[in-house]
Amino acid sequence: MAKIKFNKETYLRWFELMMLIRRFEEKSAQLYGQQKIRGFCHLCIGQEAVIAGTMSAITKDDNIITAYRDHGHALACGLSANSVMAELFGKETGCTKGKGGSMHMFSKEHNFFGGHGIVGGQIPLGAGIALAEQYNGTDNICVCFLGDGAVRQGALHETFNMAMLWNLPVVFVCENNEYAMGTSVERTTNVLDIYKIGAAYDMPSEQVDGMSCEAVHESMEKAVARARKGDGPTFLEIKTYRYRGHSMSDPAKYRTKEELETYKNLDPIEQVRKTLISKKWATAKALEEMEERIENEVAESVEFAENSPYPDASELYEDVYVGDYPYLTE
Amino acid sequence: MKTVQFREALREAMEEEMRQDERVFLMGEEVAEYNGAYKVSQGMLDEFGAKRVIDTPIAELGFAGIAVGAAMNGLRPIVEFMTFNFSLVAIDQVINSAAKMNSMSGGHFTCPMVFRGPTGSAGQLGAQHSQNFENWYANTPGLKVVVPSNPADAKGLLKSSIRDENPVIFMESEQMYGLKGDIPEGEYTIPIGLADVVQQGEDVTIVSFGKMMRIVEGADKALREKGINAEIIDLRTVRPIDYDTLIRSVQKTNRMVVVEEAWPLASISSELAFMVQKRAFDHLDAPVVRVTSRDVPLPYAPTLVDAYLPSVQRIVEAVDQVTYRG
Repeated sequence: MAKIKFNKETYLRWFELMMLIRRFEEKSAQLYGQQKIRGFCHLCIGQEAVIAGTMSAITKDDNIITAYRDHGHALACGLSANSVMAELFGKETGCTKGKGGSMHMFSKEHNFFGGHGIVGGQIPLGAGIALAEQYNGTDNICVCFLGDGAVRQGALHETFNMAMLWNLPVVFVCENNEYAMGTSVERTTNVLDIYKIGAAYDMPSEQVDGMSCEAVHESMEKAVARARKGDGPTFLEIKTYRYRGHSMSDPAKYRTKEELETYKNLDPIEQVRKTLISKKWATAKALEEMEERIENEVAESVEFAENSPYPDASELYEDVYVGDYPYLTE
Repeated sequence: MKTVQFREALREAMEEEMRQDERVFLMGEEVAEYNGAYKVSQGMLDEFGAKRVIDTPIAELGFAGIAVGAAMNGLRPIVEFMTFNFSLVAIDQVINSAAKMNSMSGGHFTCPMVFRGPTGSAGQLGAQHSQNFENWYANTPGLKVVVPSNPADAKGLLKSSIRDENPVIFMESEQMYGLKGDIPEGEYTIPIGLADVVQQGEDVTIVSFGKMMRIVEGADKALREKGINAEIIDLRTVRPIDYDTLIRSVQKTNRMVVVEEAWPLASISSELAFMVQKRAFDHLDAPVVRVTSRDVPLPYAPTLVDAYLPSVQRIVEAVDQVTYRG
């Protein structure tokens, strides 16, 4: 085992957060099957270390924005399981009042700038969030997540160029789970090492093991420090893997069982569990108890969502414009 | 009152708002060191510095999105598109991000910002530099769309747009930047969403907006010589549209001609005709007639440009048609 440079609290925090995301996502899949959750629903099971390793490396005043695989990011930013689950149900108690759904979780209070549905569309937004921090003279930064598919969008290249030109305090994180929906990275590019894209803009870039909280944290810590110091953006390609399909409607037939098993053997939650136990920072029983508590929290969120009302039809005209607006009704 | 060019009116609006509100900044191609492709932002770099007057690379999608992100995080950007033709490569950020943010975030994030620049034809600029997308943007909930026709409106409406808490599309014209007009000396604003009855009349309502108001003025002269007294309405904003002013006018004149530079299908004129038949059906003495650009891309040759654009002659013919004088 590699040298341990993180303390017990950090490992426990990682374990707790990743377990919450894992159990929440598993429950979401089940509820999707029961048609309680509708629409598109993208799960991040297997990718939990990316957000866990990020959260331990930033502060609560930093900002996060991501694409539509956003349940885990929302939970990591501190949104309650209740508010995220209720949003999946489309209930008025959801974090965006039943208006966003799975792909559009947001919380201003938690500096979570959302869940965005157009591949790559959040990349310039992330740079803009960082520009506002720079403009206001704060030392807050923005972590902007994107998938491997988004690397092929022009928005990324335009944004990388301007983020470097203007030295913006932003960390771009490619969660490379190998597949843009059903199309593997190999089938969309000659440049298989995605982090190398950063070199075209002289952006410090690095490839990171995304199944390891430690690796993610260490790279993120350096990137965040660089941004905070005013030294500009970083591009991290974090190699990860989603155990499920692209969305709930994807049986993922484009990949082999062996490939999936290889990654499952590297499961980030099990790695952290092993460390906690081998270091005697937690007993197996204590971790099981924690899991049980998390399972209860998720179960309660389902009950909360079930018991919450759908938004009233009158909500349709709320939050479209700030202030009065003469909507057309004829 | 003082006389200023259209571009100066826009500049005054931006400068006044930037002096009052630190959060307001301007970004776009050539806005800073070049002093603006059409000199709208002339001198602004000197006053406000590079932090607040930002030259961008030619990357409309990227800088439009960066501005949206900045607006989400508390700033109030003004994005200059060198022309709205180029806004098409940024339209994802305008429609999918700026216009939707308030709604899809359940009110967590708003985008108080202005996208501004010239719209429409400006001589023999060819097919890709001569288009009108007022109706495209006006179709989208979450946006407001302002299309001023003179310096006084331009200043008052731009100030309102910068202060608005919603994303505003603000459309100008290369051919109007040099247009002179009187504006009030002191500070003033004009509310978004109010049409201006430019001229009272009895015989026909002519409604238009933006640069086409100049063509309408020309047509009015010709109509007066024929003894026709037109009521002329400048919509000033096309989202929202001030239907009440329009309907009141049509109830008086019983006839309507719409003049619009965009193509005809699903245009602002289609919308106005719908609303007039819906709300003033019994008042109409003739079918609504519209004068739009021809239903083709704009070619280069001067003869073809003339054949394409709304003209004084076509407006006069349209009025003849609705007044059965043809």
